Amino acid sequence: MSDALLKVRDLKIGAVVFPPGEKPRELEIVHGVSFDLQRGKVLGLIGESGAGKSTIGLASMAYGRGGVKITGGEVWVNGRDILKSDQREVRALRGGEVSYVSQSAAASFNPAKKIMAQVIEAAVAQKKFSRKDAEQRARCLFAKLGLPDPDTIGERYPHQVSGGQLQRCMTALALCPEPDLVIFDEPTTALDVTTQIEVLMAIKEAIRDTGVAALYITHDLAVVAQVSDYIMVLKTGSLVEYGSVDKIINNPQEEYTKALVSIRSIAHQEQPAAGEAVLSVRDLTTRYKGTKFDVLHGVSMDLYPGQTLAVVGESGSGKSTLARVITGLLPPREGEIQFAGRKLSPDLKARTCEDLRELQMIYQMADVAMNPRHTVGTIIGRPLEFYFGMRGAEQKKRIIELLDEIELGEKFFDRYPAELSGGQKQRLCIARALAAKPKMIICDEITSALDPLVADGILKLLLDLQKIEGVAYLFITHDLATVRAISDTIAVMHQGKVQRYGRKSEVLSPPFDDYTELLLSSVPEMKLGWLEQVIAHRKIGSVGASMFALPDGARIPKLGGTRRCR
Amino acid sequence: MNNMLIRLLAQRIALGLLLLLIISVVIFAGTILLPGDVAQSILGQSATPEALANLRAELSLNDPPMQRYVSWLLAAVQGDFGTALTSGQDIAQALGTRLRNTVFLAFWAAVVAVPLALFLGILAVRFKDLWPDKLISAVSLASISIPEFLIGYVLIYFVAVKLQWFPSVAMINDNMSLFEKLNAIALPIAVLALVVLAHMMRMTRAAILNVMQSAYIETAELKGLNALQVIYGHAFPNAIAPIVNVVMLNLAYLVVGVVVIEVVFVYPGMGQYLVDHVSKRDVPVVQACGLIFAAVYIGLNMIADIVALLANPRLRHPK
Repeated sequence: MSDALLKVRDLKIGAVVFPPGEKPRELEIVHGVSFDLQRGKVLGLIGESGAGKSTIGLASMAYGRGGVKITGGEVWVNGRDILKSDQREVRALRGGEVSYVSQSAAASFNPAKKIMAQVIEAAVAQKKFSRKDAEQRARCLFAKLGLPDPDTIGERYPHQVSGGQLQRCMTALALCPEPDLVIFDEPTTALDVTTQIEVLMAIKEAIRDTGVAALYITHDLAVVAQVSDYIMVLKTGSLVEYGSVDKIINNPQEEYTKALVSIRSIAHQEQPAAGEAVLSVRDLTTRYKGTKFDVLHGVSMDLYPGQTLAVVGESGSGKSTLARVITGLLPPREGEIQFAGRKLSPDLKARTCEDLRELQMIYQMADVAMNPRHTVGTIIGRPLEFYFGMRGAEQKKRIIELLDEIELGEKFFDRYPAELSGGQKQRLCIARALAAKPKMIICDEITSALDPLVADGILKLLLDLQKIEGVAYLFITHDLATVRAISDTIAVMHQGKVQRYGRKSEVLSPPFDDYTELLLSSVPEMKLGWLEQVIAHRKIGSVGASMFALPDGARIPKLGGTRRCR
Repeated sequence: MNNMLIRLLAQRIALGLLLLLIISVVIFAGTILLPGDVAQSILGQSATPEALANLRAELSLNDPPMQRYVSWLLAAVQGDFGTALTSGQDIAQALGTRLRNTVFLAFWAAVVAVPLALFLGILAVRFKDLWPDKLISAVSLASISIPEFLIGYVLIYFVAVKLQWFPSVAMINDNMSLFEKLNAIALPIAVLALVVLAHMMRMTRAAILNVMQSAYIETAELKGLNALQVIYGHAFPNAIAPIVNVVMLNLAYLVVGVVVIEVVFVYPGMGQYLVDHVSKRDVPVVQACGLIFAAVYIGLNMIADIVALLANPRLRHPK
């Protein structure tokens, strides 16, 4: 074979699926994909969920998750076809020549064992290093990845370090046995945007310094553009386009790639605030039962009819808690909520039916927000009957109207949620909220679990519906691109406080406060070299400044570094 | 050790003691609520009212129940369970020998059954849905489904009578060496092990399989570890809590639930002692046995909970 490290030829992968009401059958999920990866290069695999990215990544370790089986083709690693290797050879390959970094380090570390034991396990089991040398190498990698206390962090248990730190430990775990190839499977997707940038930089430097080759799997083209040499675009198990990063980002050929590149191009013009605020919260302070810390400190904001107020912040900033207070699930300790010109009772039980109708909510997980045994018609019909006493033909007519509004149509009337895609389920939740003819809808991270293109569709739909129905949205999200796309007013939250609040044009224009600056500059941009620019900018601009006071107290690792790990 | 963990452990132990106290009330109340009283049952139907009154006074049965309960409990805590009505023997002394025998039998049954159950459970996971898994499941389920006395008699017939490997009657006394004792109780050990094996094996299998769904198991597999390294090194430590729970339940059963086996093998343990005295309505003995059984049950379950607390790394090593 040639000198390619990884050579995939006509790879076909099948999975057993269990369609509702039918017999399980085998389905081909990857249809003959071929590619090469040279030593020391990074190939980005990009596509939406179901595109087969992770499946292809795991196939290069001869591994199939769940009922997934490799049904055809060849996968050559270091000059031998691993699909024809026996058990023992495959085990030596895994963790020895190829290693894996998963999306959720929190779930992928064994909670019962110390980090060090897990990081060196593969290297020792594969007899690549003695225990002592492996530990030495692990400490060196910890330092290189910018982890605090690299000499002792290995003695901690996984729950004793933060999510971003654990993701870096997982990278150390993958690099420890000196593999030739690392599969990074969405390693930064679950992280907050300010943490993501650190981990991304750490991974990039580790790849560069150890000379390892990598398959970098993600759905975020802007992220993959920062770390890859080549990009492969996949759609439903087939190759769409392959090329250098520069070519894919700046000169895409296929329609699908163009759509991915131009994503988040919604340009919603900010509307001037008009009329009396539909929701105005004043000085909300609250804490959870049995705790001694306030999770919201004096939060105030206004939402005007037919407009969108985006509440943006990282995990733990209190944005979902705010939603709980407004819906009445968590009574505030101080402050009050004015809704549609009247004072809203802090307690859910004391609210009127009218209060409930006019204030609806849509959740992040459309899957669990619907009864799986109800049909689409029943799900939308329920609020119609509950709030308006609508039944029979009248109800059906209204349901079909709503289904048309969310661009699904009458044919979905008798289907069950399990038969719908993620985006369709979320549309259904929107229709259910709209059925109550609310004045305001709280949207809690409703696009976070969706693929970018699907999420884009949902945001467009929300904006269209806002024009038709005149409904106001309180839009909770951690994604600044979404905020830009949809909002009229923005509230940036940090540690339970409103850090910055105002019209979109004001909030997104300098001068920024430190936190907003950090947040804004951390959102990956779809251009080459963005990561280096940001890091370099921070290093210059932040000497002695507080910009590096990142949530978990970690710092961006020193470039280069004096410790060599190889 | 940290404060959080110590507090949780203290809570659990206090709860166990409280539970035991409540049960002592129930045991005491239960025996005095029964129709007739001890004096009546000692003297029989034909007793004269005077004789009954005398005996009641002698046994302090005329005192208010609360007072009798407190004095009974205080004595019991100090190891004095009073004297048996039927034989006039000191209960604590008789019970001591019996309890020692029962624990001896339970201990050796556990020594055989627990490691075997864990081993078979891990083996069943390793060969999940293959013939070793199915064979282990089938045999252990069959053994739990057959009444234990039947297993006992079948073993006596084949192993003791036909093959004459072990005695059919498990009599032991203090003059025997350990080896002689073990030889004597080999058959009851075998039966008990068979009875408790299935439950523990199934739970080990289920708990480990549950953990095997975790992402960190996939990580371990992708490190190139072999199946037993994955199961033993990564799955088992996280499955300890449910396994210990069911193991403790079965150990408790070995102590308090072996009445049938003791009768079948004529073994001088607690169970037989209790049955004898229930039929004679010897209330102090029944109370003493009840209290000891409750203490064993609560104690072992408390140990299971404590192990579960200690096995949780989040509690052992807080942030």
